[in-house]
Amino acid sequence: MIQKNIQLDNQGRLKHLLTLEGLTRQMIIDILDAAESFTSVAGQAVKKVPLLRGKTIVNLFFEDSTRTLTTFELAAKRLSADVLKINVRTSATSKGESLLDMLRNLEAMHCDMFVVRHAESGAAHFIASHVAPHISVINAGDGRHAHPTQALLDMFTIRKHKGEFAPLTVAIVGDIMHSRVARSQIHALTTLGVSEVRVVAPNSLIPTAVNTLGVHVYHDLSEGLHNADVVIMLRLQKERMQGANLPSEHEYFQRYGLIPEKMALAKPNAIVMHPGPINRGVEMSSEVADGPQSVILEQVSNGIAVRMAVMSLVLGRPLEGTMT
Amino acid sequence: MQTEYDVNVLITSMANDLLEKLKSLPKQELYMVGIHTGGVWVAQRLHQLLQLELPLASLDISFYRDDFSRIGINPQIKPSKLSVSVDNKHIILVDDILHTGRTIRAAMNEIFDYGRPASILLSVLGERQGRELPIQADIVGTHIDLTHNQHVKLTNPDHLTLQISEI
Repeated sequence: MIQKNIQLDNQGRLKHLLTLEGLTRQMIIDILDAAESFTSVAGQAVKKVPLLRGKTIVNLFFEDSTRTLTTFELAAKRLSADVLKINVRTSATSKGESLLDMLRNLEAMHCDMFVVRHAESGAAHFIASHVAPHISVINAGDGRHAHPTQALLDMFTIRKHKGEFAPLTVAIVGDIMHSRVARSQIHALTTLGVSEVRVVAPNSLIPTAVNTLGVHVYHDLSEGLHNADVVIMLRLQKERMQGANLPSEHEYFQRYGLIPEKMALAKPNAIVMHPGPINRGVEMSSEVADGPQSVILEQVSNGIAVRMAVMSLVLGRPLEGTMT
Repeated sequence: MQTEYDVNVLITSMANDLLEKLKSLPKQELYMVGIHTGGVWVAQRLHQLLQLELPLASLDISFYRDDFSRIGINPQIKPSKLSVSVDNKHIILVDDILHTGRTIRAAMNEIFDYGRPASILLSVLGERQGRELPIQADIVGTHIDLTHNQHVKLTNPDHLTLQISEI
C-alpha cells in the first residue's frame, strides 16, 4: 500500500510529488498560485528565470511520452536548470543494470531531481523511497495510478476559466478504468470542493470501487453532460487494454463520442478539455476538439507554468534550520 | 524619539526631482516600473503626479533573487506586468527602500530579460546604509538612519507609512 506522507518532509512541505492524494486544499492552491506567477515568463523576450540555476534535473522516462516530456523539459529549462533525458529503453537497464544501480549512478553525478514516467503503478513511489535524501522525485505518470502534474494543470485551466471551484459540475468522460489522469483529477476536484464530479463511461471502463472516490457514475453521455460546467474527455488507452473491453471504436464513438449536438447539453459556457493525444473520431469529433469551447491547447501552455511551479516549490524548500 | 516621515511630502519632492531630471527626454519613452510590493505603491503615486503616458509596469523579482536556495519561493508571488516593451525606453525603476542593493540588481536582471532599455534610473522613497553592491539611487526621498538591528518597511497602501521596527 502506498504511504501518502512520503512526499512531505518532516516540516510538512512538499519534497516529492507522487500523487495528489493526501495533499491539502491549501497545498494545491499554493501550487496553482505559484503557477500563475510563472505564466509571465512566457511573455519575456528571454523566456527564462534564473531560479534553478545550477540544479540538475533528470527526465527518467521508462514509457513513451511527447507532451509531458517536452513540457517538463521546457519548464526545467525556463527555470535555468540543466536537464538531461534518459530514455531507459536504450540505456543500461536494457543491458542488465538494475534500476537501483542506475539511480546510484545518477546520484553520483550530483543530480537534484528525477522526473519519472513508468508503465507500472507505484514506480515513482519506489524510486522516491530509494533515492538519496537530497533528491526530489516528480511523478510524470505511473501505470494506472497517478499523473499529478496533469491534474494540476487541468485544475489551473479550470480556475482560469471558471474562477471558483465550489459551484462547478465536472464530467469526466471515457476510459476511467485505465486512466491515471482521471484518478488524479478526481482527487484534485474533490479536494478543491467542486459541487459534483461525474464519471461517464460504459460499465466496462469504470473501475469497481469508483464510488468510494466521491463521484457519480453515468453510463449515458447525454445525462452525464447535462448542465456540466467542465467536460473532460479521456483518451481510449488502447495500449493498456487487455482483452476486449469495447465492441469497436466506431460503436464507442456512436455512444460516447463528443459531437456538437452532445456538447450542447452542457452549459452554454462550458469548456472542453482533453489531456492529449486526441483520437479524433473516437473520443471526440474535430468540430468539438477545434471548436470555441475547447481549451485543449491552453492546457498544454498551462502545463509548462504548472510544472515550473512544482519544480521550484519542491527544490526551493529552505534547508531545515536555515534562518530566513 | 522616532522620526515621523510624511510619505506624501517625500513623494511630491521625488516627483519634482524626477521632472527636473527627465525634462530633456521624450515623454513617450519614459516607462515607470515599480518593484513589488512597496515600490509599486510609491510608483502608482509618482506615475499619477508625473502624468506619464505609458502604463505603469510592475516587477516581482522573486524569481531573480540570489537567496532562493536559502529561503525558497513564496507561492503568493505576483506575476510581473510589463505591458509595453522595454526596448529603447528610459526606465524609471521605483522601490520603497534601498538597502543592500540586491533587490535592484535582481530587478535589473529581470528587466534585461524583457529587452534592452535605453537607460535605467533608480528612484527610491528611502535609502539606508548597508549597501553590499555598487548600486546607488538617482532620486532619493529621504535618508533614514538606522542601527543594524532596526528594520524599515512601507506599510498600508491607503495611507502610506514608513514603519521602523526592532528586529
